[in-house]
Amino acid sequence: MDGSKGFEDAVTGEQKIRNFNINFGPQHPAAHGVLRLVLELDGEIVERCDPHIGLLHRGTEKLMESRTYLQNLPYFDRLDYVAPMNQEHAWCLAIERLTGVEVPRRASLIRVLYSEIGRILNHLMNVTTQAMDVGALTPPLWGFEEREKLMIFYERACGARLHAAYFRPGGVHRDLPDDLLDDIVAWGEGFPQVLDNIELLLTENRVFKQRNVDIGVVTEQEALDWGFSGVMVRGSGMAWDLRRAQPYECYDEFEFQIPVGKNGDCYDRYLVRMEEMRQSLHIILQAIEKLRAPENKGDILARGKITPPNRSDMKTSMEALIHHFKLYTEGFHVPEGEIYAAVEAPKGEFGVYLVSDGSNKPYRAKIRAPGFLHLQAMDHIASGHQLADVAAIIGTMDVVFGEIDR
Amino acid sequence: MSDALKELGTHIELKRGENVLGWSVSHGELTLDVALANIAGLVEFLKTDPTCRFSTLVDITAVDYPERAKRFDVVYHFLSMYQNHRIRLRVAVREDDMVPSIVGVHPAANWFEREVFDMYGVLFSGHPDLRRILTDYGFRGYPLRKDFPTTGYTEVRYDEAQKRVIYEPVSLVQEYRQFDFMSPWEGAEYILPGDDKAEVKG
Repeated sequence: MDGSKGFEDAVTGEQKIRNFNINFGPQHPAAHGVLRLVLELDGEIVERCDPHIGLLHRGTEKLMESRTYLQNLPYFDRLDYVAPMNQEHAWCLAIERLTGVEVPRRASLIRVLYSEIGRILNHLMNVTTQAMDVGALTPPLWGFEEREKLMIFYERACGARLHAAYFRPGGVHRDLPDDLLDDIVAWGEGFPQVLDNIELLLTENRVFKQRNVDIGVVTEQEALDWGFSGVMVRGSGMAWDLRRAQPYECYDEFEFQIPVGKNGDCYDRYLVRMEEMRQSLHIILQAIEKLRAPENKGDILARGKITPPNRSDMKTSMEALIHHFKLYTEGFHVPEGEIYAAVEAPKGEFGVYLVSDGSNKPYRAKIRAPGFLHLQAMDHIASGHQLADVAAIIGTMDVVFGEIDR
Repeated sequence: MSDALKELGTHIELKRGENVLGWSVSHGELTLDVALANIAGLVEFLKTDPTCRFSTLVDITAVDYPERAKRFDVVYHFLSMYQNHRIRLRVAVREDDMVPSIVGVHPAANWFEREVFDMYGVLFSGHPDLRRILTDYGFRGYPLRKDFPTTGYTEVRYDEAQKRVIYEPVSLVQEYRQFDFMSPWEGAEYILPGDDKAEVKG
């Protein structure tokens, strides 16, 4: 029994271990949508991970080529449906830069306000559902309660909870009622407490830390090689934020900090998101302060070719009526040229590459979604991890298939 | 901003004049027209050169111009997080040209090149795994080409009799509506109804 004779029966053909392939998704609750991962497993260890995407492909870019610029705007709500207005923002910026339209100050402030609400919406969703993927059930319940309140703010501004179509080229669709601003401030007073409560459940939680600390580590070089942006970069220690580095709208007048992670693991990304929510709240309160100032109570649309006329003008002016009719049938024409406009969406750099041929429809609109690149690195990051870590990694990558599959 | 970009454009042209066909700065963005050969070398240069340091690949896409001999523009966007500037490279490509893959320089190019292949049928040489990415398994055609109809050619439905999803040719109850907003006074390219009769008379 000392093994000196050799146990040849232990290496018979039947007992050769081969790698095991499994399908993760497309209908898996931790896949955050319709993601199909083909995983090659060596026991519990992931050897290879091949994401199959495109199950939610709707041909947005093709459809956009046969619609006017204004008709294309609602498609952007349907890309990253967790934070819809941030996507519209990129589209509006692209059109405004090509046409050279200056957005009125009040509209600019409202855009900042709602972009940050969108950021909180997204991070609440992401942090809490990721916690659910690793076993916590209460955070999503608490987080979604706040999301509901924020979506009511969406609804009160534009009439829709999710698919807002609120940011328009040249400004925003409607002005905000004053009591809405009061209510957002009132909500903002209670929100830090909610964040503290969620943190109390997660930050020092033993199970949560065991599932997230040192899982899915992304180094600075990897983040660059794989084209990461947003929290995926900041979690790895680079203070890169488009709001600060390449300010758009009026972000340069706002005071906010950029939280940065140290280790680039799932846990750091969670911490960065929690802190970003606090910073977003800070920006929201500053924006409301500015919106209340009397000098910022102007119009919310840059009246001109690309925006509709006043309702009251339309009652009295024939030209205004014609303009309104032409704008909503033919749409406006965008001068020939190409532009790449990017915003710091909650998930990372969301960009639109727009090629215009001078007509009323985009010749080509390419949507650059941050999640596309993050998911691409899945094979690189997940290889060598346990199968259970795949869910944690997908969770902190913050993938939403509306924008990845387009 | 645009002065710095012009400086950068001159710098790249000086260093890599053999690759650069021309460059321009418009809307605060630097665009380089680049020759197809040795695109990977240029990208490598942009990544390592200390004044460029385009460390991050932002996007690769294509634009289809069916009337041109070099039908496609393959467009690359890069970002430097260190120097805080962006650049766009534009390569004109024939339908049967192979574009050198830049996966070796930027691993992030992998899916972007797959997407361009999927949507336009542009082939990338040296790509490790050039499969379709967004379209259905077994899909035929290149959807973002201008000559591909928006409705597509096939549609799928679940067939109760066969108990499986089946593919059928598209049948539309109503023609896909493409409104023509081109004013005839601005020079429409088609013959207006009635104009053909005037020709016969004259």
